[in-house]
Amino acid sequence: MAHVLLRHRDIPDINKLDVYKKNGGIDAFKKSVTKMQPNEVTDVVKNSGLRGRGGAGFPTGMKWSFIDNKNWPHYVVANADESEPGTFKDREIMESNPFQFLEGLAIASYAVGATAAYVYLRGEFWQVAAFLDEKIAEMEKAGYLGDNLFGTEYSLKIFTHLGAGAYICGEETALLESIEGKRGQPRVRPPFPPSFGLYGKPTIINNVETFTNVPPIITNGADWYKSMGTADSAGVKLFSLSGRVRRPGNYELPFGKTFRELIYECGGGVQEGRPVKAIMPAGASSSLIVVDDKVLDTPMDYATVRTLGADLGSASVIVIDDTVSVDWIINKTIHFFKHESCGKCTPCREGNYWMQTITHRIHSGEGKQEVVDLLLYVAKQMQGICLCALGEFATMAVVTGIERFPQDFKKVVKA
Amino acid sequence: MSLEKTHPKEVKQILSKYPPEQKRSAVMPLLYLVQREEGYVNKAAMQDIAQMLDITETEVASIVGFYTLYHDEKAGKYRMQVCTDLPCALRGADEFLNNLCGNLGIKVGETTADGLVTLEGVMCLAACDKAPMFQTQGPDGIKYHENMTVDRTLELIEALKQADREVK
Repeated sequence: MAHVLLRHRDIPDINKLDVYKKNGGIDAFKKSVTKMQPNEVTDVVKNSGLRGRGGAGFPTGMKWSFIDNKNWPHYVVANADESEPGTFKDREIMESNPFQFLEGLAIASYAVGATAAYVYLRGEFWQVAAFLDEKIAEMEKAGYLGDNLFGTEYSLKIFTHLGAGAYICGEETALLESIEGKRGQPRVRPPFPPSFGLYGKPTIINNVETFTNVPPIITNGADWYKSMGTADSAGVKLFSLSGRVRRPGNYELPFGKTFRELIYECGGGVQEGRPVKAIMPAGASSSLIVVDDKVLDTPMDYATVRTLGADLGSASVIVIDDTVSVDWIINKTIHFFKHESCGKCTPCREGNYWMQTITHRIHSGEGKQEVVDLLLYVAKQMQGICLCALGEFATMAVVTGIERFPQDFKKVVKA
Repeated sequence: MSLEKTHPKEVKQILSKYPPEQKRSAVMPLLYLVQREEGYVNKAAMQDIAQMLDITETEVASIVGFYTLYHDEKAGKYRMQVCTDLPCALRGADEFLNNLCGNLGIKVGETTADGLVTLEGVMCLAACDKAPMFQTQGPDGIKYHENMTVDRTLELIEALKQADREVK
C-alpha cells in the first residue's frame, strides 16, 4: 500500500515543491481556502476521527473547534520538539516530506482563522529548521504562503522557532512560554491554549505528524480516512521502532496491526534471535509491558494497548530482550527525567532527585529489598499531583518495572 | 560591541518573526547568534540582549541557565555530544562513549589538549534507530553524526583538526 505520511518512500523527490505539486500537493490547501468555510474544514477533520499524534491522542477536530472566537488574533503552533527517548518520526517527516506537513499546518491555520503560525523545533534540529526555512520561502515565492492566498482575503505566514535543549518544551504550555522568550516551564491549566495560548491569545497546538495527516483527509474525505485503522483509532500511524531489533526505524502502519507484525515483519525480529522480554510502547515515559504470545498478538490502537496496562502514546516502541535487566532500564529512564524536570513543581523536582538517588543505590548493588520498596513508595507519592505529565511519566517505568519484574530487583539487592 | 551593530541584518530578520510588542520572543535566536561567534555567551552579550529586548539581564541569564544548548563558559571549539539514553544504550552507546574516552585520553566533560573537542554526554537526540550517534555543536551550528564507530569518530576529529589548521 502506498504511504499516506511517508510519501517520500514512494516518491523520492517529494521534498521538491514542483514534485509535491505534481503529486496532488497544495490542492487540499487551495480547496480549503477557496471552496470551504473554516468550520467545514474543522468538521471534516472531526469526522475523520483523527487523534493527536504527540502522545495524548486527543481528537484533533474537536480541539480546533474549541478555539475562542471572541478573542483575536489566533495562532497555530506545530510541536516539533520531539524529545521523548525512542521517538524520531517527526524529524523524518520534516526532512523528507516537508511540504505535506507545512500544508497541513496551513490548512489548520485557515480552519481556526490564524494568520501566523509557528513551528517550534527542538534546538538540536538546527539543520532541519534551516531546511524548513528554505521550504517556507519556496512556498511564499510560489504564492502558497503570504498575502491574499489564491485570490482570497486569507493571508498566512509561517515561522520557525528553535528551542535549546529541554524535553519539557514538548509540553504545550511550556512550549508557548519558550516561544515567548521565557524558561520552558508549564503553565497551570485551565485556561487551555485554545482560549489562552501564545501571548495570551487563542492557540491551537498539534504535533507534526498530526498536521501531516490533514492534507490527504481534506483531499480524500473523512470516510476514506476512517476506512483505515480501527473504530477507536482511525487512520495510519508512524511507529518509531528502536531497541534490540534487527531493523530499527520508522514504519507507517494502519492502527490495529499487532506488536508481532511490527517487531518481526517490519523490524526483522530481535537481534541474535533472542526472545522479547519487555516492550515500552510510548518511549521512556511508558509503562513496561511483560511480553508473552498474547501481548505480541495484541492490536496496536489506543484502546487495546490500554488493556495491557500501558499507553500507546506517540507509538515509540522500545524493544527489550532477555539480556537486559529492568533495574538498568529504570536507572536510564530516571537519569533522563531527573535531568529534564523543569523544577517548577515540588513533587517532580524532589521526587525525581530521590528516585535517581535510590535507583543508583539499587543498580550498583548497594540496596536491600526495603530500598526497592522505598523507591516504589516515592514514585507512587508523585503520581497524580505533579503540575504536568512529565512527573507522571517519570514514575511509569519505575512502578511497572518493580511491580511486573520483581525477580530483576531480587537479583541485585543485598540479602 | 552591540549585536545590532555587528549583525544588523540577522537581528532585523530575527525580530521580524514576532509581533513588535513581543520582542522578548527573540531572546533565544539572539543567544544562538552570539554563541555562534565565541562558543559561549558572555556577560556583556547578555547585557546587550537584555537592553535590546527591554528585559533584565537576570532574565536573559535564566534562559542561558535553563536550556542545555546555551553555555556560559568557554569549552572546546566543538562540543561532541553523545546520546546515552535508553534506546541508544540498547544499541551500544555506553560502550561507544567509553571507548571514545579511552582513545581520546579524556573523560566526559573534558576537552582535548589542543582545545578542539569537548566530550559531553547528552539526553535523547531523536535518532534512536541510528545509534551510536552524537551531535557536534560548533561555529557551523549543530550537526548530527549517526551510525558511528570509534574509528569513524576519530576520522571526523582528524578532519575537524585539519579544517581548523587551514582556517588559522
